[in-house]
Amino acid sequence: MSEQIFFGDVRSGDEIAPLSHDVTATTVVLGALASRDWRPMHHDYDFAVNRNGTKDIFLNTPNQAAWFERYITDWTGPKGRLGRMTFRMKDSVFPGEKMVLRGVVIGADTDDSGCGWVEMDVTLLADERICTTCSVRVAVPVNAEDNPWMRRGNDWLPNPMTENDR
Amino acid sequence: MTELSDIPESVSGRIGQTQYEETGEFPVEQGYIWTTCASVQNGNPLYWDAAAAAEITGGQIAPPTMLSVWFRPHHWSPGRTEAAVPLQAHFDLKEDLELPEAIISENTITFHDPVRIGDVITSRQVLRSISDPKTTKLGTGRFWVLDVEYVNQDGTLVGVESYTAFGYVRGDV
Repeated sequence: MSEQIFFGDVRSGDEIAPLSHDVTATTVVLGALASRDWRPMHHDYDFAVNRNGTKDIFLNTPNQAAWFERYITDWTGPKGRLGRMTFRMKDSVFPGEKMVLRGVVIGADTDDSGCGWVEMDVTLLADERICTTCSVRVAVPVNAEDNPWMRRGNDWLPNPMTENDR
Repeated sequence: MTELSDIPESVSGRIGQTQYEETGEFPVEQGYIWTTCASVQNGNPLYWDAAAAAEITGGQIAPPTMLSVWFRPHHWSPGRTEAAVPLQAHFDLKEDLELPEAIISENTITFHDPVRIGDVITSRQVLRSISDPKTTKLGTGRFWVLDVEYVNQDGTLVGVESYTAFGYVRGDV
């Protein structure tokens, strides 16, 4: 895990160091059971192939979310606080593949409460195939005294405000 | 080309209605937090070091992305004759629309107050929309959007998950 990132350290276009992991059947099954997902396509090869029509068991969505979270907060440090994530699943991640997460900052702004928000695009690839893309909104401290985890009520706005909200 | 039946009124009438308010079968607990962190090798001290959690978050919390973990039912429990499924409104749609297969194509999670160890999470499901028939590489079916709202034992909103699913009939039957 990196040192704590502060809002002033972040620039649009910053690239986050990639994270790579060799996916095994254990990765898939452990991730499914950790997220209490008992559906057979995440642990039963025969069901995945002959019922779902996929080539093997595959990583479930909640565990992919956990991988994205780990990747993002490894970069932000522990005071980084997730506000919102949107996943788009394009393909599945199978045992035997090399999974790589890559992230880029696409924007950084403070809201009306002074909270520092970083917008990122993160891509999860398996054997260089794009499997999932994730749009992330994460709060990071604006200075040493600020801590996004202590924000409540109107000081915590995980959905960006629109003109209609103001 | 597969022909799909029209959407029954009994299904379209569910749009915007709260369904399946359910309380998690156990309080938020440390063991699943560690197992989840281990599954993705997440070394964030918030989840491994109680002193760091106390200093930064005012006490031990769960990783935000574990939101859905706390209401997923046991695979079996005494007296239950059929396996309970989470997102029951999703499985209802598969059955009622006669679409035997389904995938989740998009998922947005919005994180509100932190989920803390000992919290008991209640979820409620709200169907937002059902599309016209669509054909993709998987087959012919419909997309639907289903929200799951999560509150803690004090009624405080801790998160909202919005799922876009595609229910389908495989191939060209």
